[in-house]
Amino acid sequence: MFDELFTISTLIGILHSCVRLATPYLFASLGETFGQRSGVLNLGVDGIMLMGAFFAFYVVFEGHNLWVGVLAAIAIGVMMGLLKAFVSVTMQSLQGISGIGLYLFGLGLSSLLFKTLIGSVEGVSGFRQLAIPFLSDIPGLGHILFNHNALVYLAYLMVPVSWFVINRTTLGLKIRAVGHNPEAADTLGVSVNGVRYTTMMIGGALAAVAGASLSIGLQNVFQENMTNGLGFIAVALVYFGSWRTIGVLGGSLLFSLVNALQLWVQALAIPVPSEIAVMMPYIMTIVVLAFTARQIQKPAALARSYERGE
Amino acid sequence: MLTGLRGIEDQIVYGIARPTGGHRAVNFRLNAPYVQMYGIVKRFPGVLACDHVDFDVRRGELHALLGENGAGKSTLMRILYGLYQPEEGRILRDGAEVTIHSPTDAIRQGIGMIHQHFMLVDTLTVTENVALGLKSSREPLLDLDRVEEGIRELSEAYGLQIDPRAPVWTLSVGERQRVEIMKALYRGAMMLILDEPTAVLTPQEVDELFVTLGYMKDNGYSLVLISHKLQEVLAISDRITVLRSGRLVGTVPTEEMTRQELARMMVGRDVMLERTREEEMDAGEVRLRLEDVQAHDVTGQPALRGVSLSVQSGEILGVAGISGNGQRELAEVIAGLRPISGGSVEMDGTPVTDWTTARRTESGLAYIPEERMHDGIVRDFAVSENLVLQEHTSDKFSNGIFLAFDYIARYSRQMIQDFYIKTPDIRTMTRNLSGGNIQRLILARELSRRPKVLVAAQPTRGIDIGAIEYIYQQLLEQRDTGMATLLISEDLDELLALCDRIAVIFEGQIMDVLDRSEASAEELGLLMAGVRPEK
Repeated sequence: MFDELFTISTLIGILHSCVRLATPYLFASLGETFGQRSGVLNLGVDGIMLMGAFFAFYVVFEGHNLWVGVLAAIAIGVMMGLLKAFVSVTMQSLQGISGIGLYLFGLGLSSLLFKTLIGSVEGVSGFRQLAIPFLSDIPGLGHILFNHNALVYLAYLMVPVSWFVINRTTLGLKIRAVGHNPEAADTLGVSVNGVRYTTMMIGGALAAVAGASLSIGLQNVFQENMTNGLGFIAVALVYFGSWRTIGVLGGSLLFSLVNALQLWVQALAIPVPSEIAVMMPYIMTIVVLAFTARQIQKPAALARSYERGE
Repeated sequence: MLTGLRGIEDQIVYGIARPTGGHRAVNFRLNAPYVQMYGIVKRFPGVLACDHVDFDVRRGELHALLGENGAGKSTLMRILYGLYQPEEGRILRDGAEVTIHSPTDAIRQGIGMIHQHFMLVDTLTVTENVALGLKSSREPLLDLDRVEEGIRELSEAYGLQIDPRAPVWTLSVGERQRVEIMKALYRGAMMLILDEPTAVLTPQEVDELFVTLGYMKDNGYSLVLISHKLQEVLAISDRITVLRSGRLVGTVPTEEMTRQELARMMVGRDVMLERTREEEMDAGEVRLRLEDVQAHDVTGQPALRGVSLSVQSGEILGVAGISGNGQRELAEVIAGLRPISGGSVEMDGTPVTDWTTARRTESGLAYIPEERMHDGIVRDFAVSENLVLQEHTSDKFSNGIFLAFDYIARYSRQMIQDFYIKTPDIRTMTRNLSGGNIQRLILARELSRRPKVLVAAQPTRGIDIGAIEYIYQQLLEQRDTGMATLLISEDLDELLALCDRIAVIFEGQIMDVLDRSEASAEELGLLMAGVRPEK
């Protein structure tokens, strides 16, 4: 019964979906990587994604340019990041709990705004596929890699960009230092809180764009809780990727592959209960986390607030 | 070389040009004061940490700041480094008044500090640690190649051997200290405050450090050495300032001082530091024996790789070694707090490998843990509760259901008296006691049981000289009554003063066991570094 899955055209289709569906994972988990490398665990990614998804959608729904929608998402993402930073960095509340709070806040507020401002499920025309000339003509590979919308390309571009920022800039050095030994960074005049605010804003912006990539890029609708916990998977991906951008990329592709398979299994009406298929990414998350024992790269000060002491 | 500059007045020396360009090469007069502090007052809740203290350090001078724990020496230097703000007082640099609100301000004034606990990011390389927080020449990009070059230049100039590309976690303690010094030098520091820099080093590393400090002094750097070790202070400083209970006792030229005089200034009374030991006891029976013991540390790495030791009744066996070579695991294995993966532990000829800690304790084992605040006491328990913590279920202190509160109170008062524990009351929270008094409390609890075997891990680390004196006295008294003691320490002077035999541990193995009569600090130092001297 799985024969249909293994035709060339289906495989190309699955891989194309895989590349495409990795977009929100990539944005969100790269953003979370910045936060975690600086020592802040943000479990509120999903809430920020929902807010980003809603605002991007609403702006486009109101007739504005798609990129204005993305900017709107970035703006709300930065604000949500600031809120998270204020609660966990300035007020030093427990990072896990405050992240859950942020998630519930984003979930509730985006639903409320959706109900009051839009009311019913509507569609918009989101980012169109942008075939890259010549490259997209490569048989098979061209369609898989070079026939996507702009946000997809942007997500993959963010991988080397994030790597570069973390490993080759002074900000990146500060982020790594603050995440590992905030006290040492502080004695050298690095503002621990300043760095953590910065990473929370970066992370918030990227998470919100992840949301936008769903609402005006991949699905082109907004629904309540449309992320279905994707933001939590993004947090898990950072652990899975051992806090490295390349690892995050690998993890994102793995998860989107499972997702793509799941979609195609349903689309081809292969008789596997759809609940099982839908569960696959989540089961995968648990399995992967259980076997991700490599904690060597883990930022030593992760989820610990910093206060200048004796 | 260390004392070569003493007395040479008015010699003009040129500071070297630093690669950061932060400080230009300046010419200056030796012996001109670099930093002066006047009338510094700092209060903490309930304590006057600095009470109108004056202090100054000259260019090209190594100035030792001596005092017991809590004397205010670290506080004074933390004020200078901008970590604390003083309530009163003035700070002058090169004769001009300055305000220092943060370490950044201090660095701008050319003041660097080497903390006792290194402030390094393990996962970063040496170069990255040095570059951290500095403005790059290619902002916002890093300029690590340029920093690396600067590090190499400074390395050569001051004999600070470091590989700039090595990740810090791969470095030894001595190397890490060099990275700390490098950080300060690279930032253009003209003055270095070193907080107990030798506490973590082997004797050889101490020598290397002193050579580097000598170079720096010759180049006009001002150095402040915070210490409580009289010997090293006498060996390398030019002047000594002694603080006691937050007050300045005096500033004196080193050459005019002796150990006894300094100790008196520090403590305020005569101190017996070197105890004359009773004549050798006859070797008693073996109380504690370890055979080929193997164990892992918390991360699962092998920490003990076949340790065999035996301690006899009436003997103190010392275990020397640089911290992190298995000492902690050794103590825990004997106390029954860490499972062993091979070998055996015996007490009085009975294998106790499978015994719980409680059973070992009942059979006469006493344990003074290294982390006294975490493992030795419960911080939020009253003094009396901590005193009976070990035996609270015994008939003495309970009837099986209820604790015998009256008896515990009487017993606690007796202990406080017998062991000179300074506490307002038996119900005082133990966390409010000083380190020395907490150690006396632990000693009271452990020794009052008349144990047959005592394992003492770093029993005098970080406590005041008065309490140290008392602990030494207790250890020797118990030894004379037949207790077998395993004393784990990083302080060689301590081991040489107290022990009958000294074992040296290195990377989880016993390098050698020396009789005290044949042991020297040099030989022990080599063994601690993993080098077996030619016999």
